[in-house]
Amino acid sequence: MTLLEVNDLRLSYPARGFRKKSPEVLKGVSIDIAPGETLGLVGESGSGKTTLGRAVLGLAAPTGGSIRFAGQDITNTPTKERRGLARDIQVVFQDPYTSLNPALQIADILAEPLIAQGVEGKEARKRVLALLDRVGLPANSADRYPREFSGGQRQRVAIARALALKPKLIVCDEPVSALDLTTQAKVMDLFLELQRETGVAYLFITHDLAVVRHISHRVAVMYRGEIVETGTAAQVTNHPRDPYTQALLLAAPTADPDRQKERREARWKMMREAAASSATAG
Amino acid sequence: MTTNEPTVLLPGIDEAEAKKRAGAFARLLRMPLGLLSIIILVAFVILGLLEPVLSNHDPLFASLQHINAPAGTSGWLLGGDQYGRDIWARVLTSINVSLISALIGAGVGLVFGSIFGLIAGYAGGRADAVLSWIFNLLMTFPSLILVMVLAPVIGTTYQGMMAIFGLFLAPGIFRLVRNLVQGVRNELYVDAARVAGLSTWRILSRHVLYVVRGPVVISTVFLASSAIGVQAGLAFLGFGSTQTPSFGSMTGDAFANIYTEPMQFVWPSLFLALLNIGLIFFGNAYRDALAGPQAVVAKKRRRHETSQETVTRYEPDGSVGGGLLKLRNLRVSYPQPDGSEKNVVEGLSLDIHPGEIVGLVGESGSGKTQTAFSILGLLPKEARVGADEMRLAGDSLIGVSQTQMRKLRGGVISYIPQEPMSNLDPSFTVGSQLMEGLTKGMSKAEAKRTILELLERVGIPDPARTFDSYPHQISGGMAQRVLIAGAVASRPKLLIADEPTTALDVTVQAEILDLLRELQGELGMGVLLVTHNFGVVADLCDRVVVMRNGHLVEEGGVREIFHHPSQEYTQELINSILDEETVRMDPPVVVGSQAGGAL
Repeated sequence: MTLLEVNDLRLSYPARGFRKKSPEVLKGVSIDIAPGETLGLVGESGSGKTTLGRAVLGLAAPTGGSIRFAGQDITNTPTKERRGLARDIQVVFQDPYTSLNPALQIADILAEPLIAQGVEGKEARKRVLALLDRVGLPANSADRYPREFSGGQRQRVAIARALALKPKLIVCDEPVSALDLTTQAKVMDLFLELQRETGVAYLFITHDLAVVRHISHRVAVMYRGEIVETGTAAQVTNHPRDPYTQALLLAAPTADPDRQKERREARWKMMREAAASSATAG
Repeated sequence: MTTNEPTVLLPGIDEAEAKKRAGAFARLLRMPLGLLSIIILVAFVILGLLEPVLSNHDPLFASLQHINAPAGTSGWLLGGDQYGRDIWARVLTSINVSLISALIGAGVGLVFGSIFGLIAGYAGGRADAVLSWIFNLLMTFPSLILVMVLAPVIGTTYQGMMAIFGLFLAPGIFRLVRNLVQGVRNELYVDAARVAGLSTWRILSRHVLYVVRGPVVISTVFLASSAIGVQAGLAFLGFGSTQTPSFGSMTGDAFANIYTEPMQFVWPSLFLALLNIGLIFFGNAYRDALAGPQAVVAKKRRRHETSQETVTRYEPDGSVGGGLLKLRNLRVSYPQPDGSEKNVVEGLSLDIHPGEIVGLVGESGSGKTQTAFSILGLLPKEARVGADEMRLAGDSLIGVSQTQMRKLRGGVISYIPQEPMSNLDPSFTVGSQLMEGLTKGMSKAEAKRTILELLERVGIPDPARTFDSYPHQISGGMAQRVLIAGAVASRPKLLIADEPTTALDVTVQAEILDLLRELQGELGMGVLLVTHNFGVVADLCDRVVVMRNGHLVEEGGVREIFHHPSQEYTQELINSILDEETVRMDPPVVVGSQAGGAL
């Protein structure tokens, strides 16, 4: 059984200017996620990975293809019906500084999705405190403002907000990229722990192969609006088949001077071979 | 990582934080101008409300005995006017007329402007185009003349005229609200609210209105003042009912009488002026209050600085080592609003030898960028920098003037920033920006040839085209290559690179690291590489310096740091690096129908 099924999704942003061809950001993308599974979506800037996430969230309107969630077509759901999906699909954004309204207290931020679903007053407060506890923040965080927290703590708040409605799928758009190394490791552990406990599925968007390797069951690699390779985390990150994935893996520096030297030389060799083959072909 | 965001520890809220929490209104009360304006406005409202109690006569009642009676006549506080009417009673009524004019005029403007501004800004697209067109059209009408022309149609009551005038005030609010909303609409927290299932109305009232509130209050206050002025002006010209006394009609009457009884002109003018001053002061003070505690902090900082100017100490020790950069006991601190100092770098010592690549690593707030910037002399003015010794190739950098430092930066020290795009001026071509630093010593043609060679050297495929391109026409990776070309143009002895690849994709990062390695080998320069990425360190550095909270934790050869870190913190950092062996193997957990049951 699949939870999310994206089929041949296309999306182009309206072109600026008269009679200009609108560039296609997604060129027929297909992915699927099972309940409780993490699909890591890797790609470089401009590959369309964030746009795919926004399309799943209903924040960007696809121009073709379909998105099905739990068997139901949600490709172009009108705003009103979309609100019902809030209970099932949630989001954690990259930047914990702009994803929390600086003017609201943490309790109000966390109560927001609850109020939208009709949970109010004491019950909402109780759930907010439980959420804070769940993501490892002290209860007295509730009456504070986002600016009083560090990046990692803010990201915990954002995770708590996503969890508030007990969703089945969370779209995580580079949720650990803006964090320090030690914080990043802790936040990733929290993601893993929550998944094991609640069975929530993640669409985990990132550019960092090391992150994706640790958190994903399966990995999809995106390049210029297309999925170039999909497979298990072990297969894609250790034995990539696609040349772009191979290049991506060799380009990521490893934190060991000697192994990095080997990797660097392997990359140079691959570049030379590519240059040679293109020379013979041309 | 360039931000030195203070890590806030959770337990215990400090005083400053508690103060910051006080709302804008509380801050307004603490400002002298704010308090004064509020007192004036409240006094006017009270006078207006108590009009029936405070005045002894009907404002239209004329007493022949009191024609031009002087102020202070018993029962006639401000005297009588030329028709024998009580000036005090008429002033009180006029206050009410003015306040009601302000409410109607500004209110109509506010309601129409902000409702349609919200719609246009949030919906965008066609709704925005149509509404903007209508409001722009409205803006082109000469409002005052139109109100006068329409006066016979809408009746002669001042309320009606103000309602029409309010419509013409709406475009100002409309444009303000629309632009603010457009800015907020793209914030991630608004996206998050949409995903959370909030209705559009709720998003508007919770997230959008909050941002819009402050600026709208300020401009509404100014509109209120202009409505009062226009109402008075119209009444002065004789528009509107003569039965309603107002500051306009009072000044009009007094004007006719100005040579015999000049004081009669003073009273209405005085009250009108006071009311407007109150409103304008309130608007200004509220704007300052909204600007928040930051504005106050900045002022305090400056005062602090002038009191103690030179903290830098220079202790010559004569010996000049063979090192390229010698830094001893570097201290950087920032004065805080409460008068204390926040130390961001404390007693850092650092050596860089010629031809050596030193990695300066640490998490955000560790002081690594502050260290790099203090060597470059690029710290903000309020920073206090002190060191026992700071020498570059034997020359002291302490107490060096800005001009000398600029010369050093152009020649001996170079800098590569984190964000290549924001370090190129968008309005000049890449070539002209690179030429700037070179044209002093050589002819234009020569400089251009040098730069084209450099651009080719840093791996730009079509140097001539890039030379003539504007920054937005090239990619981030290319922009970083351009900046590297600029940095090495003067064959510097020391290159300081602040997170040079953080903003780039991994494939581009690998190429830039290759380029830096090659250039370093060719030019034999020393490099200080500030980074948080241990992969980059492993790729490039000979030696590593680890920093935390402004202190040096550990330094050593790159292999030593990676394989045998001696300090606990370094071990923790190294252990946090996601290793490449572990791949997630556990199968997905299916909790069944009660997904999320743990909560």
